[in-house]
Amino acid sequence: MTGLSIENISMRFDLPNGTSVQALKDVSLHLNEGELMSVLGPSGCGKTTLLNIVAGFLAPTEGQVVMNGHTVTGPDAERGMVFQQGALFEWMNVRENVSFGPRMKGQKEAEWGDNVDHLLDVTGLGDFKDKAIYELSGGMQQRVALARCLANDPDVILMDEPLGALDALTREKMQGLVLKLWKETGKTIILITHSVEEAILLGERLLVMAPRPGRIHKEYRLPFADMGVGGDLRAVKHADGYAETREEILEMIWNMEEEIMGRMEEQK
Amino acid sequence: MIGFAILLVYIAIFAGSFLIVRFLVKKATRDFTSLKTVTFGDESAVTSNRTASVVSVLTIFLIWGSFTGSAWVPGFLHAPGPFVGETSFTYTLETADGERDDATVFVRVVDFGEEVEKFEVDPGEGIARNDAVAMPASRSTTILFDKNDEATRKDGARVVAIDGTPIAPGDEVKTDAGRFTLTDKGAISFAPPAGLQMEPIWLPPPEAVVARMVEIASEGYRDSTLWQHLGYSLFRVIAGFFFGALLGIPLGYAMGLSNWFRGWFEPIVEFMRPVPPLALIPLVIIWFGIGETGKIILLFLASLWIMAIAARAGVSGVNISKVHAAYSLGASKLQIMRYVIMPNSLPEIFTGARVAMGVCWGTVVAAELVAASEGAGMMIMVASKFQLTDIVLMGIILIGVIGFGIDILMRKAENYLVPWKGRS
Repeated sequence: MTGLSIENISMRFDLPNGTSVQALKDVSLHLNEGELMSVLGPSGCGKTTLLNIVAGFLAPTEGQVVMNGHTVTGPDAERGMVFQQGALFEWMNVRENVSFGPRMKGQKEAEWGDNVDHLLDVTGLGDFKDKAIYELSGGMQQRVALARCLANDPDVILMDEPLGALDALTREKMQGLVLKLWKETGKTIILITHSVEEAILLGERLLVMAPRPGRIHKEYRLPFADMGVGGDLRAVKHADGYAETREEILEMIWNMEEEIMGRMEEQK
Repeated sequence: MIGFAILLVYIAIFAGSFLIVRFLVKKATRDFTSLKTVTFGDESAVTSNRTASVVSVLTIFLIWGSFTGSAWVPGFLHAPGPFVGETSFTYTLETADGERDDATVFVRVVDFGEEVEKFEVDPGEGIARNDAVAMPASRSTTILFDKNDEATRKDGARVVAIDGTPIAPGDEVKTDAGRFTLTDKGAISFAPPAGLQMEPIWLPPPEAVVARMVEIASEGYRDSTLWQHLGYSLFRVIAGFFFGALLGIPLGYAMGLSNWFRGWFEPIVEFMRPVPPLALIPLVIIWFGIGETGKIILLFLASLWIMAIAARAGVSGVNISKVHAAYSLGASKLQIMRYVIMPNSLPEIFTGARVAMGVCWGTVVAAELVAASEGAGMMIMVASKFQLTDIVLMGIILIGVIGFGIDILMRKAENYLVPWKGRS
C-alpha cells in the first residue's frame, strides 16, 4: 500500500508528579500519495506530537505509522521535515545547506549539482547560493529550508508551522510557493499551522484536532488549494464557500478554546 | 599623601581631557548612532572612545614619568624631586656643666644612584666642632655630631637647639634644611626634603625599564635571554592547553552525548572545576618536580575542565531542530557529529578556549614564581629578590602584553572560524 497510514495512534506519558498526560488518543488517518493535508487545532491538541511521531522522533505508546508498506521506527530521509525556524546549519552557505541530504548520502556534486541549482532557482535563491545563512531574511531562510527538504527528494514532507514566524506579506508569498512546489513535485505534505486561513488555502484536506485528549475532531476536503495553484491566492479568498468554511472552523476552534478556558476556571 | 596627590592629578586629567576633546572634536559623521537622542541607558550606543583610550595610556606614562623624574617627561611636569646638593645647619650643644656652643653641620645630599663620598670641613673652634656628612637623597641619616666634639654625649652633653630652635628628645623641628629629630641616644636624625618623586629602587622611570629590556633582550638574564624566558612560558601554556583541549573536548562531547559518560565524569569535573589551578602547584611539584613535565601537567589540568565544560555546553546548546532536520535528511550518527554537533559547538569551545588560555597564562606565571629555572615568572621572582624593580616591572608589562595578545589572536581566530556566532 502506498501513501502514509496513521493507525490507531495513542500517546500517553507519565509526569514526575504521578499523573499522566494523554497527548493523543486513537488517531487514525490515511494519506494518499500527492495529498496536502493541513492540520489545525487549539494549542495542546497534540498536532506537533502527531507530526513528531510521523517523522519518527517519538514512538507512540499504541498504534503505528505505516509508510510505503513498512512501519516507521525512526527518522528517515523518506520523510523530510521543515521546521518553524532555527533548523538551518549556520556554518554552511545556502547551497551547502540545500545539498546537505545528497551529500550525506555520499553523492558527488555531479549527481546533485543540477537539481540543487534548479531548486535554488525555483525558490528564488539563485543569486544567494553563496551567502551565509545569517545574511538572509526570515522568509529567505524558510525558502532554504524548503529547498533543502526537496533536494533530498523525500516521499512525504512534514511541515511544523513553517511560515509561523514570518510577517504577513512574506507569509502570503510563501503560501503561493508551497502550493506551487506541491503541484510541481507531487509530494505528500502534512502542514501544521495555527492560521485558519493558511490551513484552508493550502489544505486539500483539512484536519481539525481537539485537545485533551488530542484527537481528530473533523475533517474537510476543500477545493481552494487547487484553485490557488498558479493563481492569485487573494482571489481564492473571495471564492464561493471560502468565507463560510473559515467562519465554521474559526467558531469550532473558538469554542474549543472557550471550553479549555472554562475548564481552567473550574479547576481554580 | 603622595597617593592622594596622584589620584587628584589622575582625576583632573580624566575630566580635563574629556572637556577638551568634547570641545575640540566635533563629530563629523552622522551615522545612525549619532542621531539617537536616547543614549544614556542604551548600551548599543556606547562605544569605546579611542581618544580616551589613547589619553588614558599616555596619562599612565605621564604620571609614571612625572613621579620618577623621567627624561621622557618635560621637566616642568615633574613632581617635586628630593633635595639634592649642599645644605647646612647649626646645632647648639650644652655640656653637663651648662656650657653652650654652636657648630655647623655641612650636609652633601647626592642624587639617586650616585656615589656617596665622605668629605672634610674645617672643624672650627669651641666645645662643639663642625661636621661633614654625605648622604643619598630622599633618605634620613643619623648624625653622630659629637665624634669630634670636646664634650660628647657620654660626658652628658646634649643637643638643645637646631638653627636656634629648641629641641628635646621626641620633638620634631622643621627648618629650611629639612626635618630634625633626636634619637633615643641623643644623636641628630636629619631628613632633607624628600619631594614627591619615587626612588628608582621602588619605581624606576619608564626609560630605565626600556633600557633594561633592551639589555636583557640582548644579553639575557639568568642564563637565558628575554625571548627564551617568554618562549618557555608560552611553550608551556601552548603545550598544556593543547593537551587539555585534546582530552577535554572529546570528554565534554561524551558528557553531552551519553548518560553514562555524564554520570561518570560529572562528579570529577564538578569537583575539579572550582579547585584553583594554583592550589595544585604544591602537589604537582611533589609528584612531578619543578621541570617541564610538572608545569605542562599543571596547565593541562587547568585547561582540561574548562574545555570539557565548554564542549559539553556546546553540545547541549544544539537546537534540537537542527539534529532532527539532519536525521530527516538521512544523516548518520557520525555525520550528525561531524556536520552538526561539532560545528555548532565551536562558538562555545572558542569561548572556553579563551578562558582556558587566560587561566593557563596566569597559572604558568604563578608556577614559575614558585619554582622554575627559566620563564617570565621566574625572571621577575628572582629579580625581586635582588630588588631589581625595573626587571620586575618589565616582566609584568610583558606578561600583560602577551596575555592581551593571546586574547586578541583567539578573538581573530574566532571571527574567522565562527563568523555566525551570535548572529543566528
